[in-house]
Amino acid sequence: MAAHGADKHPPGFAHQFEDMAQQKEASTLGMWAFLVTEILFFGGMFTAYTIYRELHFESFVTGSHLLEVKFGATNTYVLICSSLTMALAIRSAQTGKRKGQIIFWLILTMILGALFLGLKLRFEWYRDYVDGIVPGISWAYNGPHAPGVQMFMCFYFFMTGVHALHMVAGLGILTVLVIMTARNKFSPEYYAPLEISGLYWHFVDIVWIFLFALLYLIGGRY
Amino acid sequence: MSEHSGDTGHVVPVSTYVLVFLALMAGTALTTGVAYIDLGRWNTVVALTIAVTKMMLVVLFFMHVKYATGLTRIVILAGFFWLGIMITLTCSDELTRVWEINSAGWGGIIPFLLHLF
Repeated sequence: MAAHGADKHPPGFAHQFEDMAQQKEASTLGMWAFLVTEILFFGGMFTAYTIYRELHFESFVTGSHLLEVKFGATNTYVLICSSLTMALAIRSAQTGKRKGQIIFWLILTMILGALFLGLKLRFEWYRDYVDGIVPGISWAYNGPHAPGVQMFMCFYFFMTGVHALHMVAGLGILTVLVIMTARNKFSPEYYAPLEISGLYWHFVDIVWIFLFALLYLIGGRY
Repeated sequence: MSEHSGDTGHVVPVSTYVLVFLALMAGTALTTGVAYIDLGRWNTVVALTIAVTKMMLVVLFFMHVKYATGLTRIVILAGFFWLGIMITLTCSDELTRVWEINSAGWGGIIPFLLHLF
């Protein structure tokens, strides 16, 4: 087994693969298979949303106007920034930059992710709770279309809630990546954990892009 | 190491990332601004068109699908195809239903059953 010397295989190479390119394709493909299940998971909620929005359009517009566009838009900007920093973290590993630079971009991504959650909790969910537009927990809405608005707010809290859970999971993944980077696990030949975690992070960003358009902007704001 | 790393992954130039980032920021500003203009039902169409465009930018460049293999692309397309099936079939059922029987309450069932004979 002398052929299996350390000089033959780059670090991180698993023996069942022909070469690093095949290994990279396998990890990317596997991650996308998972993301497809995520597309269909969120897709179920988007489908239900579409049906109920069509059945109770006026109610959904009224409910949508209870949300503040400025916070939805700000959080969209924050997530887009975090996607850029994530992409730059992966690029730093690809191009063999020192690990401090990779960790810098990863931590910046985490800060932006935490900022998103902080804004969401403090300026949206907490205020919704105080204002009494949280169905089942704090409901004091007496305006027009009350039952339909309650339906809209249920969709809002379920969809943004599940999205926020994905953000929390993403922050956990990023923490692991920072530790792995600090332990010199990555190189320009092997950075698959960074690459596929990036796919996850960008996917969660895309979900928010659609949540922002569908929950905050429906029926116009004029 | 080298800027072009051969077979273990395409290195996207920083300038491309920054351009995509700026386009995404501009798209967000645009979709927010358009929401304040009355376009009737077209508001939804415009908002979704911009959202899909933003999604394509993220998928192609940030998620490196532009540089992915055919196999990966087919899996991704299949995912969106199945999403399309779910939305289309569900809507084609739900939005084309006729609620004649229930419109008269449960009592409407009896005339309906009599009508069958």
